[in-house]
Amino acid sequence: MTTLLIAEHDNASVKDATNKALTAAAAIGGEIHVLVAGSNAAAAAAEAAKLDGVAKVLHVDAPALEHGLAEPLAAVIVALAGPYDAIVAPSTSSGKNVLPRVAALLDVMQISDITAVVAPDTFERPIYAGNAIQTVKSGDAKKVITVRTASFKSAGASGSAPVETVSAAADPALSTFVGEALSESDRPELTSAKIIVSGGRALGSAEKFKDVVIPLADKLGAAVGASRAAVDAGYAPNDWQVGQTGKVVAPDLYVALGISGAIQHLAGMKDSKVIVAINKDEEAPIFQVADYGLVGDIFEIVPELTKAL
Amino acid sequence: MKILVPVKRVVDYNVKIRVKPDGSGVDLANVKMSMNPFDEIAVEEALRLKEAGKATEVVAVSIGPAQAQETLRTALAMGADRGILVQVDGTVEPLAVAKILKGIVAEEAPGLVVLGKQAIDDDCNQTGQMLAALLGWPQGTFASKVALAEGTVDVTREVDGGLQTVSLKLPAIVTTDLRLNEPRYASLPNIMKAKKKPLDVKSPADYGVDVTPRLTVVKTAEPKGRTAGVKVASVADLVMKLKTEAGVL
Ligand SMILES: Cc1cc2nc3c(=O)[nH]c(=O)nc-3n(C[C@H](O)[C@H](O)[C@H](O)COP(=O)(O)OP(=O)(O)OC[C@H]3O[C@@H](n4cnc5c(N)ncnc54)[C@H](O)[C@@H]3O)c2cc1C
Repeated sequence: MTTLLIAEHDNASVKDATNKALTAAAAIGGEIHVLVAGSNAAAAAAEAAKLDGVAKVLHVDAPALEHGLAEPLAAVIVALAGPYDAIVAPSTSSGKNVLPRVAALLDVMQISDITAVVAPDTFERPIYAGNAIQTVKSGDAKKVITVRTASFKSAGASGSAPVETVSAAADPALSTFVGEALSESDRPELTSAKIIVSGGRALGSAEKFKDVVIPLADKLGAAVGASRAAVDAGYAPNDWQVGQTGKVVAPDLYVALGISGAIQHLAGMKDSKVIVAINKDEEAPIFQVADYGLVGDIFEIVPELTKAL
Repeated sequence: MKILVPVKRVVDYNVKIRVKPDGSGVDLANVKMSMNPFDEIAVEEALRLKEAGKATEVVAVSIGPAQAQETLRTALAMGADRGILVQVDGTVEPLAVAKILKGIVAEEAPGLVVLGKQAIDDDCNQTGQMLAALLGWPQGTFASKVALAEGTVDVTREVDGGLQTVSLKLPAIVTTDLRLNEPRYASLPNIMKAKKKPLDVKSPADYGVDVTPRLTVVKTAEPKGRTAGVKVASVADLVMKLKTEAGVL
């Protein structure tokens, strides 16, 4: 049995999501090859070669692959898919975008967002915003799988696998990259941070979000998250959203400030090790999952907490 | 240009579902059902494109049980022109849904198919991408902005690091994210009018699609529970507990 793991990378380096998906791939068993498809991505391929337990890195380089567009990337994966028993990618926005396209081209029903490997053909995955966990067994000859990264530890990087250069499949030329607006920050990434401080609708404005949430996050060296309500209202950028339809996180410490704890928000953070909630409504559902709850006004408590640390 | 909008009947997003004690699934008896919220956003986007004179007809399609007619009527009440129900009981996996939609696309020849990015019941996030694959069309997933031009559509996508904009050749697939628009409510007169709008009923066999699931559900379980912890009285108390008891600071 051989698995092809699709690396998440930015051409220069491999993202931690790859290390986590690798742990899931290792649990499936067999030999693991990692695909680094990009443009001028030799550095990322070299980094992938260090991942523990990888037998080989396939490096595909073409200008059309620079931004990971689904159409050319799916064509590359499908062209390589033949000998593999499983194709695995982290459940990042890129993995979610490209892998179902691959699955359909291979006539396979994808298994999305697995949280555990029960057997090489059987997996656990959350449904209904994580309010139920389904165990599913795939009858397809090939398995196409995306991995919920919050459920797996990062694999180490002390190996040295060979890198093989493979030519790219033709770009179907259906789409072109126009531009991107990526948030720049020195903070840890949400999906790999040890501590996350999240703000909700209660913040009331982008300024207050900046004045109240950010200093606490800075003090803790934390990543910053937000509820959908805070993002919709423009207090925080979209890539900070935690939840069923945002990012799923499981840090050591999650601090929820002025977040009510809707099912859809809990879906993204309830596997955190320790949860702290600060909310003025003592009946707020967030307290049902919080290890430590503090009832009160965030505008008084949070600055005090920031100072106390 | 015609726009096709697939809509799914799912458990309402406000309902806290219950897992059946015997592990055989989720209890759906007497549970409120609604249109998948992302599909409402898809319907809204299609209607706005029609209202802007960029589309001529909005066709809603649902694949599901007889009651999915209600979901289609909701889409018609919002303003879609006609509906197609592909009636089938039991689970239809995204791959089979995409195959049925491919058959409908062959008949209807839309210039754009707008779908929700995921259904909030199975949380699969697959159908749009699969349909794009089967049709050999480009895909703009997780859209927060759609700008239709002559022969192309620019889609701004919500990605992990922020936003990405791609330009797709038409015909194309778009899947909606939460911030694309705010769906309208259907007015009472429009709900009445929707009852008279045409709604065709078909079967998967009409499109030659075998809907037998590829995945077997071995069991469905409650997630690991989390119990409420303690309320602390003060900031000092909180800091102390985080340091000593929880050991996370
Ligand atoms: C399809 C769908 C997908 C969704 N996906 C997501 C998702 O991924 N992530 C997500 O977060 N949501 C998601 N939602 C939205 C979700 O249902 C809630 O609406 C949202 O999480 C609420 O955000 P909030 O807790 O910030 O706001 P609210 O629910 O309005 O809560 C604000 C809280 O702040 C408290 N508060 C107010 N003022 C103060 C103060 N001064 N001090 C202390 N506390 C105060 C209030 O008591 C209240 O509990 C989704 C919804 C749908 C329909």
